[in-house]
Amino acid sequence: MKKLVISIVLVNLLAACASEKPKAPEAAAPVPPPVVTAPEAAPAPAPVVEVDSLNDPASILAKRSVYYPFDVSAVQDADKPIVVAHAKYLSEHPDRNVRVEGNADERGSNEYNLALGQRRADGVKQMLVLGGAKASQIETVSYGEEKPKATGHDEASWSQNRRSDIKY
Amino acid sequence: MALRPSTELRTGLLQSMMGLLLLAQASVASAVLTIEIIGAGEHQIPVAIVPFGGDSKLAQTINEVVTGDLQRSGLFRLVDPAGKSPHELAEVSYPDWQMRGADALAIGTVALQTNGRIEARFRLLDVVKQTELAGQSVSANNDQVRAVGHRVADLIYEKLTGDKGVFSTRIAYVNRQGKKFSLMVADSDGYNEQTVLAQNEPIMSPAWSPDGSHLVYVSFETGHAAIYVQSLYTNQRMVLADFRGSNSAPAWSPDGKQLAVVLTRDGSSQIYLIRPDGSGIRRITFSAAIDTEPNFSPDGQSLLFTSDRGGSAQIYSMPVGGGAEQRITFGEGNNFSPRYSPDGKGFVYAHFSNGKFYIAAQDFQNGQVEILTAGGWEKKPSFAPNGKLILFASEARGRGILATVSSDGRVQQHMFTQSGDAREPVWGPHL
Repeated sequence: MKKLVISIVLVNLLAACASEKPKAPEAAAPVPPPVVTAPEAAPAPAPVVEVDSLNDPASILAKRSVYYPFDVSAVQDADKPIVVAHAKYLSEHPDRNVRVEGNADERGSNEYNLALGQRRADGVKQMLVLGGAKASQIETVSYGEEKPKATGHDEASWSQNRRSDIKY
Repeated sequence: MALRPSTELRTGLLQSMMGLLLLAQASVASAVLTIEIIGAGEHQIPVAIVPFGGDSKLAQTINEVVTGDLQRSGLFRLVDPAGKSPHELAEVSYPDWQMRGADALAIGTVALQTNGRIEARFRLLDVVKQTELAGQSVSANNDQVRAVGHRVADLIYEKLTGDKGVFSTRIAYVNRQGKKFSLMVADSDGYNEQTVLAQNEPIMSPAWSPDGSHLVYVSFETGHAAIYVQSLYTNQRMVLADFRGSNSAPAWSPDGKQLAVVLTRDGSSQIYLIRPDGSGIRRITFSAAIDTEPNFSPDGQSLLFTSDRGGSAQIYSMPVGGGAEQRITFGEGNNFSPRYSPDGKGFVYAHFSNGKFYIAAQDFQNGQVEILTAGGWEKKPSFAPNGKLILFASEARGRGILATVSSDGRVQQHMFTQSGDAREPVWGPHL
């Protein structure tokens, strides 16, 4: 993957050089040497970031949350592709780490929900590891019902709070 | 008859005063605003409390505290003194009180002494037998007038019901206001709130040391659930358990020598024993399920806990030494947060069915279940040290509140804190 990144950087640098060329003729003809310094001044790192699929809003990696039915901690079929995609990304980016935060709705004791949120987060971790990520890349925590995203006493709120978030 | 000052009482009071004074360095929040009482006991004892003589301001506060305490217990009916105000035995005319329907009469005086301490002397009289039931003096520092009132109420309660009063005990709970969490300690009536810890991360599951000197609780201040022990005298705190994942659900053993905690360091949430200094960790449950909310039996030999090993959350029991785990709640719905009664004969817990939480009690011997509340969002029950009242978290008018219910389910009271949601309450021990 690193090779790929480097080659992309090179391509971008070349592109920068290429785009610099038309400018040269516009400059005073008797001073051609600046062409050499131009690549150094080009904003090379920026295009690299754009290439990171993690920051592509159209990528499945833009999805960072999985949701659960009541009192269930297994990742649901519909959400599995999200976890699998993050597993692949982590395996390809061994320098990246994630924190998986498990949450629960309020229908249980606070302590039971803390345990349930932890089991949800640990379940996501397990799937990430199965998908190729290293266990050392993943930290799991639970907030139980202590940090609700939605605060209503109804399914509309509860369904949002039964959730694990993958945070880079 | 001479008054019988109790040195034991004074020592106890002194200790709690010291604790309060040291706690006073933490901010003093406003008192509980409203207390609503619902229902009444089956056999209420008619008792007349005559406002004490002497310092009228102190006497008024003591009278408010004593009558409030007795009324909230649900066991007493207050008889209006209606114009009679004896303060000394010689001034008492028993027929006056028989006529008013009182079975018992409390009289006394209160004064601020030259050393700055409050001294209340009171007598409790049996109106029917025309005898003195108790005569006692209670003293405290001059900023502890409510504590004097609670002591007087405790003595009246004990003499008339045969059970030890719990008005002088304290409660702990968590107040949530937006993203701000505060660990609070207050008198049993919700007054005299002290902030033990305030932060912008959640606080959960406070529990008392058996001597009332420390709280153990769960805080998310480092980004995940870890367990802390804090002295209520010095405010000094230490980390008890901070392993990877969640560290939670601390419970102190009755002898104070160990705690049961729940850790996920080896996988799922499992129960471990640990010494109060954080040493000697030993795992005692070995399931692949959630095992949490351990609570010690009064004799220290058994634990109740919540587990979903059978597919949904139910209450189980096991010997503290390990082995022979046994499911003890059955039927429809889920059950959480078990707490032994102080006599060890039964337990209370939160029962969830058809979308509502109820406070329920179960008898060990006959297995009989009693639902004590009407149902709603009622969680986290804990017994008063005399076993007669159960404190729990409830909800009213869209806010988390503290509530109590008598152990027979007949009398409930709601305590509204000034603002925010009160949650995770736990009743402290006798000091």
